[in-house]
Amino acid sequence: MSSTADSQARYYAGIRMVPFDLLKEGVLAVVGVAVLVLILAALLSAPDVPPVTIGSWAQADPVDFVTTATAELAGQSGTAGYGPPYNGTPDAAQAIGPIVPQEWAGVSTPIDTAKDFVLHPLELAAAGDATLTSALATYEGANSTQQQTWLDAYTTALGNATVQGGEVTVTPGDYGPVPQLMASLLGVARSGGLDALLLENGRFFQTDFTRPLLLMGDGNYLANLAAVQHLTGDQWGVMNETGSYPGQTWLWLYSVWYQLPPFNTAPNADLAIVLIVLALTTLLALVPFIPILRDIPRWVPVHRLIWRGYYRGSSS
Amino acid sequence: MTESAQEPEVDRGNWTLALRRFLERRVPLVHLLPDRQPYFVGSWVYVFGVVAIAALIWIVATGIVLVFFGPQWWHVSNIGHFVNALHFWSVQIFFIFMVLHLWGQYFAASWRDGRAPTWLVGVIVFAISIVATFTGYVAQQNFDAQWIAINAKDAMNAVGVGAFFNVLNFGQMYGLHVLFFPIAVTTLVAVHVVLVRMRGVVKPIDPPGAETSEPARRSGPQASEGPVA
Repeated sequence: MSSTADSQARYYAGIRMVPFDLLKEGVLAVVGVAVLVLILAALLSAPDVPPVTIGSWAQADPVDFVTTATAELAGQSGTAGYGPPYNGTPDAAQAIGPIVPQEWAGVSTPIDTAKDFVLHPLELAAAGDATLTSALATYEGANSTQQQTWLDAYTTALGNATVQGGEVTVTPGDYGPVPQLMASLLGVARSGGLDALLLENGRFFQTDFTRPLLLMGDGNYLANLAAVQHLTGDQWGVMNETGSYPGQTWLWLYSVWYQLPPFNTAPNADLAIVLIVLALTTLLALVPFIPILRDIPRWVPVHRLIWRGYYRGSSS
Repeated sequence: MTESAQEPEVDRGNWTLALRRFLERRVPLVHLLPDRQPYFVGSWVYVFGVVAIAALIWIVATGIVLVFFGPQWWHVSNIGHFVNALHFWSVQIFFIFMVLHLWGQYFAASWRDGRAPTWLVGVIVFAISIVATFTGYVAQQNFDAQWIAINAKDAMNAVGVGAFFNVLNFGQMYGLHVLFFPIAVTTLVAVHVVLVRMRGVVKPIDPPGAETSEPARRSGPQASEGPVA
């Protein structure tokens, strides 16, 4: 087998070689980038909008918080009907025909929205609170039909809810213990306690924010803030970031599909778009083997610009 | 015992010797650290890849500082915020020049003459860099991280990887961002560079054939200098 040195010597036979200092070029590039980065960082800084907490949400928009929590308790929120990996809601997973990859790994992160987002935190917060303990007992002692009747009536009433002294008030009606449960949950949330209770896992350390993020994602408050920051899906979504910073512009090929029909309304848009982007990335990787794609550089004379000096030198 | 007497005994089945000989044959130092290049390499297009690597060096350097002081530091410290800004803009420059490099190499059809593996590794670097940066965005612990994670989970779950790659799990995303992806990207970039050095830079498309008669590997001060764009 011939060595690389021999094969390069043959490959470049007849081509003029010129002095070149790889190390110097690399060091100059590192220094140049350092100067550029220092200037950009000093002049433009970087985005860092503080996170929303459950507490700040409950204080800023208590009606949205209570409406979301009621939907979680009723099992009617986005997370409650999400399907895998959070629960086994039938026909909720995104599919293309019989292909349903969302179901392949099953329910790996089980979430019971009523228990995990409302009832369990309230049980933890009920210590020493006889009123809340009684309301919880009443709710959990009722049959599911009765619970749903209370929740439906309360959900309807929340459409005309008002806020007085930080508490959510609805027109009088037969809501059972639900208003008491929600008032208590709102109180815990406003104090910041729910942020901690949603992370409770029986161990001391915690780095998994799945539960509080899912709860916030089910509400409208975070989405409204995101819309102001031009971050929603129809605004090119996660490709952008807060402020006027460039964001993840390299995700344009992914984000662009969400702006176009039929993907902007398709229920399985995420699955279809990820598969399209994976296919396009594979095409890019296999360009050397795909006729037409590998021939375009020969047809489009950009290479004449790239090797301008070379072609000028050889034509003279 | 003399070396010549010992050599035949270790020659057969010696993995270390085989690897050394392979590297000496396929990745000679003269090509890893060249002091001469074909004159057509004097084009700005070849700078893009070098600048991208330079930006990657700063991404890693600033990332090490951020990791050292912990994920909360840059939110509460002016110096930390500045280091994060250096990290942020290094990433932006890395991607700008990586994309310029990619398109430059596409229009140069740089996969020709047996260089398809180099192109393939380059595309993999590009794809993994996108995921690496994505994990950085969702591990920021700010509003952007919350919103991006909440929305991105749908794509991950839809294709079935959400069970293993939970973007709502800060610990998982942070760990992947500061350990797995830096190792993956820098290793693949190193492989990409070694492949470039092993094969050399591809010749221009449709070479006219009327080249100079300089020997291909002539070295020394007497070598003529060609036009450098």
